[in-house]
Parts: sequence; structure tokens; C-alpha cells
Amino acid sequence: MSLTLEQVQRIAHLARIETGAAEAQSALGHLNGILALIEEMQAVDTQGVAPMAHAQDLAQRLREDRVTETDRRAAFQSIAPETEAGLYLVPRVIE
Amino acid sequence: MTRQWEVVIGIETHAQLSTQSKIFSGASTAFGAPPNVQACAVDIALPGVLPVLNRGAVDCAIKFGLAVGGEVAAKSVFARKNYFYPDLPKGYQISQFELPVVVGGQLGIQVGDREKVVHLTRAHLEEDAGKSLHEDFHGKSGIDLNRAGTPLLEIVTEPDMRSSAEAVAYAKALHALVRWIGICDGNMQEGSFRCDANVSVRPVGQKEFGTRREIKNLNSFRFMQQAIDYEVQWQIATIEDGGSIEQATVLFDPDTGGTRAMRSKEDAHDYRYFPDPDLLPLIIDSAWVARLRAAMPELPAAMRNRFLADYGLSAYDASALTSSPEAAGYFESAVAVAGKASAKTCANWVAVDLAGRLNKDGKGIGEAPVTPAQLGVLVARIADNTISNNIAKKVFESLWNGEGGGEAAAADRIIEKQGLKQITDSGAIETLIDEVLAASAAMVAEFKSGKEKAFNALVGQAMKATKGKANPQQVNDLLRKKLLG
Repeated sequence: MSLTLEQVQRIAHLARIETGAAEAQSALGHLNGILALIEEMQAVDTQGVAPMAHAQDLAQRLREDRVTETDRRAAFQSIAPETEAGLYLVPRVIE
Repeated sequence: MTRQWEVVIGIETHAQLSTQSKIFSGASTAFGAPPNVQACAVDIALPGVLPVLNRGAVDCAIKFGLAVGGEVAAKSVFARKNYFYPDLPKGYQISQFELPVVVGGQLGIQVGDREKVVHLTRAHLEEDAGKSLHEDFHGKSGIDLNRAGTPLLEIVTEPDMRSSAEAVAYAKALHALVRWIGICDGNMQEGSFRCDANVSVRPVGQKEFGTRREIKNLNSFRFMQQAIDYEVQWQIATIEDGGSIEQATVLFDPDTGGTRAMRSKEDAHDYRYFPDPDLLPLIIDSAWVARLRAAMPELPAAMRNRFLADYGLSAYDASALTSSPEAAGYFESAVAVAGKASAKTCANWVAVDLAGRLNKDGKGIGEAPVTPAQLGVLVARIADNTISNNIAKKVFESLWNGEGGGEAAAADRIIEKQGLKQITDSGAIETLIDEVLAASAAMVAEFKSGKEKAFNALVGQAMKATKGKANPQQVNDLLRKKLLG
């Protein structure tokens, strides 16, 4: 399996990554190299092996259901580009 | 020629879980706080933060799985659902995709007199997004991230429902169940319980499903009914006019009663799910499940069957009384006082008189000024013929207004004080009847000429003479005996 330039551009668009023509071409080469490696790995017989969900064979640690955070809005909003009435302001989005 | 159409509906519900803190952070989930004061570094996705799963949210999911007879997955995995929107600061929502925490299960519903089973596909844990406010902030949108990271259980059905009535019955049954097992407060105004309905139509007899449209964010049962009815009519009309249905997401507009397609970008549904590397698989061992199973309350379906079998209630009453744990608890406490033989009368009082009065005052059953024990005593007085059912309604009103005090025996005090005790002495009733007959010669003559209506009027007169304190059946019998005798 290999990607087309069009697919690379679409992925870039979905991830909101701006790519120029040269950069897309270079990403195409890199990504196809990775896919080729994966193809090689797929030759390994994995019948009966459960798929991994994580690289470490550990279980999720859990926390107790307790409120441990306090209000730090002022600190967080001091680095926000724009706020008003406690809200973060962003370019208008409406569907 | 008009074709017959079959409606096919599947429902996805987002139930907000009743935890104190968020699913992946220690920020509070309390409703109604000022904007962003409950949004911590994890919720607003500052660089370098990591999610840590809330055990309480998993407890809720396990309880739900047990309640619907689904399989609680020994291993489930959190995945990233990628999309860009300002109220989702990470650029992805943590959800579950390939391995959800609950698989399968079912829910019995009651549609009119008919029972039906709705099968569940799955239920998975995920985080809620924040809220966007589009009022004018100088041409910008305001973002409140207090809701970001609130734990949700998304419950997905098979396309099993065949009408808006079935869809609403399912939504109501699910709403009752999540409240019953205490995993969601069910507050639809505050968005704690939101439904999306996938609706399609197909000619009767066709095997394949039609193309579906998804109605988003139905936050009341009435809107759900209206939205589905409108959507079904629209789809049928579109197809019959030679058009075809395109898969789309639509919104219901309560003002027009119609649905309209959301302007959606072509890439909107390409979420590129993948397992979240920040979270390890969730392992639920059998001991954890067993511990929660042991603590599960009797479920509404089981309780309903018990009410049918043990108390001989009608299906309607049994359903009404198991609509909430509060109603069921109230009923059983009243029966404990009135006696099992009076269970049907208790059911009637709780489901009709008490429910009606609560409704009138806009109160929940937990706020009823009449305690279950007080109602139980009242019903006992009907059963032992101290008062008639009609007089009992008067006593109930007095109880409601706090007359007679707060003790269980308040009804007895009211009956005593207001002199409402039923006259059962037939001699006394006969005397009153004689007086009525003497004063109503014209009506007696009418009755004797064959007009049965006159008899009812005479019964009314006689009941009035006893101030409603006589047993109507007894008055009836005595009156007829006198007129015919």
C-alpha cells in the first residue's frame, strides 16, 4: 500500500497542517517509506495474537472520584490571547 | 398507488454520569458555575498534562452494563476521535471505539399495551466537550470549558424501533433506568440526558435499510416525538416525489416543528480514531464487577413483575409505580401500613390522587407533604369502612394541607375532628331516607312510572342528607328496598 500526493494533502488538511507542494512531495516519500516498513512487518504471522492497544503491557491506573482541582482561571487566562466575562474568545464559529 | 412504509429508528444517548469530578481530571462537574472556573489544566489541554481515569465513572459504566444484561468488557480501550472545534481544546475527544466498556444488553419497553425489547449495541465512556456561546462578543465566539471532560456514557441501540412512540418509550425507559441505578441525574434541561435519533424509512417487506438521517440533540421526549414524526413524513414525501435521501445530520427546530440539515463540511466524519497513547487499557476484573453486582438495587423490570405477581396490580399501575425509585418506595411504604390486601387501593391513590396533586403543585414525590405512612392509614380507613372513598379524598386534601399533624395517624385525627366517620347504622340511614322520600313525592312518582333516572336523583338526595358519610352502596340497597317494598 502506498499513498498518493492527493491523500497526503487531504491528511494535512484534516490535521490543519499547512504544506507547500515541495513539502507535500517530501512527506509523501517519508510516509510511503513508513508504509513499506509496515508492509514488511505484516508478513509476520500474527494469527492468534491479540492486537496491542499500548506499547506497554500495563493496565490503566485509576484515581478516586474526588475534586482535587481549585479555580485557576485567572492564571490560565493570563496567557490567553483574548478573554471576556470569564470566557475564552475565539474567531466566530457557527454551524 | 401508495406504498406502505416502515420506519426504522436507532437511538444514541449521552448520559452525563453522576460523578463529583471529571473523567480524566480532578476538576468539579457541578452544574452552573461561572465560566471556566471548573476547567483545570487537563480540561483546557495545556501542554504536558496527562489524563488519569476516574474510578467513579467506570463504576457507573459497570452498573449500567449489569442493569441491561450486557457484557462488561474485561479489557476496553480509550481512543482519540479527532476533529477541530474551539470547545474541544485538545483537537480530539477521548472516547472508546473498537473496544467499548459495555457490549450488548437490552431494555424492555412498554408501548401502550404492547411490550417490546430494544437491543443495545454498546455503551462506551467518553468525555464531554465545552460550550460555545455565539452571542456577539465583537464578532467572536465565547468558550466555556467547565463542561469539557465531564464523563459521559454513550448508549447505542440497534435499529430496533419502528415508530416515534417506540422511540419515546425507549428513551423514557432508559431515562428511568439510569436514574434508578443512580448513574445519571437525568436532568434534560441541563443537558444531562441527550438523545440523537437515526431515522430511515423503507417499503414494508424490504430487507435493506433505507438511508438514514441523524437528528441531533433531542433534549425532551416531546421534541423527540415531534422531530421523528416530521422527519418520517419528510423522508416519505421526498421519496414519493421521486427524490432520494442523502445521509445527513439534522437539527430539530422547536419553533417550526421541522428538521433542517446542518451545514456540514465534507470531511466532518473522518475522525481518524486511534488508541490514545496517553491511556493504558482499562482492565475490569471479575471481583470488581461482582462487588457492584452485589450492591445493585432491584431493577424496575423485576420490581414491576413483583408488583404484578404479589400485589395483583394492573400493568399500567405497575409501570407507573416503577417509573422512579421514589414512587416505588412511596408505594411500598404505604402498603406496609395499609396491609397487602389494600395494595391495589394504595396503587390507585399513589398513581392517581397523589400524582395528580403533586402535578398540580409542580412537586416531586420526594416533596409530598403527605407521608407514605399517612396515606397508608387513610387507605386502611377505607378498607375497614370507617370512611368512603369520596370522603377519603376530603381527608387527603386536609392531610396535604398539614391538618392533623405530621404523625402517621393524622388521618384518624382529621376524621374524628371533622366528624367524617361513615354512618353504617342502617336504622339511622333509613330514617334519613324516609325524610328524603317524604320530601320528594314527585320523584318517587316518576320512579314508580318506570323512570330509572329518578332513582339516581333520589340516591343523590339521600347521600346529600347523610353529608356523604353513608356508604353509597348501602344507601342504594336500602332505597331500592323501600321503593319496591
